[in-house]
Amino acid sequence: MTGGATDTVARPLLELTGITKRYGDLLANDDVSLRVAPGEVVAMLGENGAGKSTLMKVVYGLVRPDAGTVAVDGRPLDISSPKDAMAAGIGMVTQEFSLVETMTVTDNVALSGTGLGRVDRAETRRRVVEAMERVGVSLDPDRLVGSLSIGERQRVEIVKALFHDCRVVILDEPTAVLTPQDVRALFETVRRLRTAGLGILVVSHKLREVAEISDRVVVLRRGRLVGDRVTATVRDEELAALMMGGSTDEVAAATATPAAEPSELEAAVGMEVPTDQPAASATTTAASPTPGTTTGTTTGTTGEPVLRLTGLTVSRGGRDLLSGIDLAVRAGEIVGLAGVSGNGQTELVEVLSGTLPVTSGTLEVDGQDVTSADVGRRLAAGLGRLTEDRRGSVVPQMSVEQNLVLEDLPAYTRRGLLDRKAVRAHAEAMIERFDIRARPADAVATLSGGNMQKVLLARALARRPRVLVVAQPTRGLDIGAYRYVHQQLDELRTEGAGVLLVSEDLDELRALSDRVVVLFRGEVVGEMPVAEASPDRLGVLMAGGGSS
Amino acid sequence: MSINLLALIGAMLTIATPLVWAGIGELITERSGVLNLSIEGTMYLGAFIGFLAAARSGSPWVGLLAAVVSGVVAGALMAFFVVTLGLNQHVSGLGLTLLLIAICEFTFRLLYAGDRPTLDDKFAVLFRGTDVLAQHWLTYVGFLVLAPVTWWVLRSTGLGMRLHAVGESFEAADVAGISVTATRYVALMVGSALMAIGGAFLTLAVLGSFTLDIVSGRGWVCIALVIFARWRVWPAVLGALIFAGMDALQLQLAITSAFDAVPGELMLALPYLAVIAALAIGGRTVRYPGSYLKAYRRA
Ligand SMILES: Nc1ncnc2c1ncn2[C@@H]1O[C@H](COP(=O)(O)OP(=O)(O)O)[C@@H](O)[C@H]1O
Ligand SMILES: [Mg+2]
Repeated sequence: MTGGATDTVARPLLELTGITKRYGDLLANDDVSLRVAPGEVVAMLGENGAGKSTLMKVVYGLVRPDAGTVAVDGRPLDISSPKDAMAAGIGMVTQEFSLVETMTVTDNVALSGTGLGRVDRAETRRRVVEAMERVGVSLDPDRLVGSLSIGERQRVEIVKALFHDCRVVILDEPTAVLTPQDVRALFETVRRLRTAGLGILVVSHKLREVAEISDRVVVLRRGRLVGDRVTATVRDEELAALMMGGSTDEVAAATATPAAEPSELEAAVGMEVPTDQPAASATTTAASPTPGTTTGTTTGTTGEPVLRLTGLTVSRGGRDLLSGIDLAVRAGEIVGLAGVSGNGQTELVEVLSGTLPVTSGTLEVDGQDVTSADVGRRLAAGLGRLTEDRRGSVVPQMSVEQNLVLEDLPAYTRRGLLDRKAVRAHAEAMIERFDIRARPADAVATLSGGNMQKVLLARALARRPRVLVVAQPTRGLDIGAYRYVHQQLDELRTEGAGVLLVSEDLDELRALSDRVVVLFRGEVVGEMPVAEASPDRLGVLMAGGGSS
Repeated sequence: MSINLLALIGAMLTIATPLVWAGIGELITERSGVLNLSIEGTMYLGAFIGFLAAARSGSPWVGLLAAVVSGVVAGALMAFFVVTLGLNQHVSGLGLTLLLIAICEFTFRLLYAGDRPTLDDKFAVLFRGTDVLAQHWLTYVGFLVLAPVTWWVLRSTGLGMRLHAVGESFEAADVAGISVTATRYVALMVGSALMAIGGAFLTLAVLGSFTLDIVSGRGWVCIALVIFARWRVWPAVLGALIFAGMDALQLQLAITSAFDAVPGELMLALPYLAVIAALAIGGRTVRYPGSYLKAYRRA
């Protein structure tokens, strides 16, 4: 307080002081203080569960802190609802979507600004279109949000946050579901906002993104702020160490070990193999059973197709959601499916899972025609699946052990009754094998995203599928869980199963796949070995540049 | 056999009137994501309080006003249970219905032991004979003002957007700075006032008196109508007309000798059977509002 004139160049626009939030025994935020200056982009890094979202919600009035204050422009605020936050000039994109699916894009964007009286929709629509142009997003303003893909919804969220004049913008993991092009566009917007003098707080868990966009990085671990660094001068390893709680040396050592670890760590933190270290990158690639090396190193050489789609077409309401898809996944390979969200990936996964009927064409799993088979028969034929809707794939109120046997009840039933001992034994084995951090009787609803994904993975893999269809398997997971999921998929390939990996994370696709297939408007528009799948080439195809 | 079509239509409009008022009231509360099962009790309360106030003051206008106030209070009580306390909507609604009916019956017996009171000054003239257009003004207002205005408000105003947002996704509404609590309170209070008017119509305009079976399940019919209409105003009005048409037909058939062989109870059940059939056919694929039956709690 004495002579603070030299502290910062500019007066902080947003200042958090001593924010503390408890959930029962859990300290979600522990005495966190943080400043954001005008024209500054501050990135907040932290593993899943570190308390990032909680802190952002405190600033936005969605969570009441137990202690601490939020000040804008040096004036302490009494923020008890988002309305107060908005009035104080704070805008936020929440991590979970806050959209009304049955409303149009226009109505969703304008929702917070409307009064009680008549809404001039034409005028509102015009302003929304204008805002979209300003932000660099193109969307049909009249579409219902419920009909948009997840990536498109994310864009609506961003437009919504920036629709009102705000001076501080909070983005909670905004890039988690965006394509590289969209991320670039978003960052362009962020830079524009920075130039305009706004203070921006971006939550992320990708080091590369942080390096690209921020001026300063703060790291949150277990609710505490454990680091505050200038982006330009901090090393990635140091940030990773701060996030994970290991020492810098440990992380550096791990990075240098020629085990499977390094490439995964890099993938996990979103770094590309450094181009200025040709030797290191060569060792990494040669030692790990990942991209490009499959032909030479994989023991279970790719065999007969375990999943084959022939002329697969799905139409609904006279529109082709998928048209004439020809695709084969062979035993012992991972085929990556790339595409901007909303180009048929979700439908493809639904068709394979058996929840969306095929209009024409055939679908074979391990040589058996399952085109019109129900879910049970598909599972029996050797299909495993892990859809992007994690919460929709479990019964949240049921326990871990019950969820684990949900798809395989007959095997755990004796004379019509559930064999509790067998169920418990199975759960304990799975918890051990998949390192699930929960007890068998815990309700799945209480698990973190990473542990929930492990439960689903355990359930899918326990049946030893011949082919596993996975969609966005690591979305929203922390580095530990990310790495773990990749390891499991890799092992599955080594054991000779096939994997169809649907992901919007190109780093992930390129790190795991042997071949990459690109989907655009429900059609396959490109297929190539991973060695040829550069982000630029994929980007062009994903944007429709490869189709006739 | 003589079925008088004009008489039938006239009766249909009269019978549909309380359903339109109370049904639109229910529709408004359900749009905010609250299933208001206190509707039966609230209609009963409106019928009784309306009658009581009109009888004591000698003016049906005072009766109507008192009914509206009683409805607002009942709505606020329901809101206190399901919004402020976050109690189960089914239990709160049914409990309130039982409570309100019990209180009204008790008071009625206390005040009018044994005798059947009538109002000296009943509300205006009611439809008689074959003049279809000679309806009560509450009927006109219900069909020609309440329904279109509600439709417009829900569709074209910020108030309607708020209701929509709270009913579909209260998290989204909260993030947008819309108070879930305030929106639901307003929806319940306004909706319940409309239900009370529906009830008061029965005593003040139709009967000119109060009987213990005055509402006899019309509230439950409204619940079914709202689901049948999928929370849209005009289909709800249409549903009310269909139900009322069946009821009017049933009344006419009962007085023609041609149907002597048919038990009266079966005839009485006709409109209710129609509701069940409509729900069975149209209600199966209903998509309920996203925050239906849920209480909102911020973390
Ligand atoms: N409403 C809540 N009730 C109880 N615990 C919560 C609640 N919200 C978050 N938590 C817990 O607080 C911790 C921090 O969560 P969160 O802020 O969402 O982390 P992050 O965004 O960094 O992944 C987690 O352990 C989470 O389980
Ligand atoms: Mg978070």
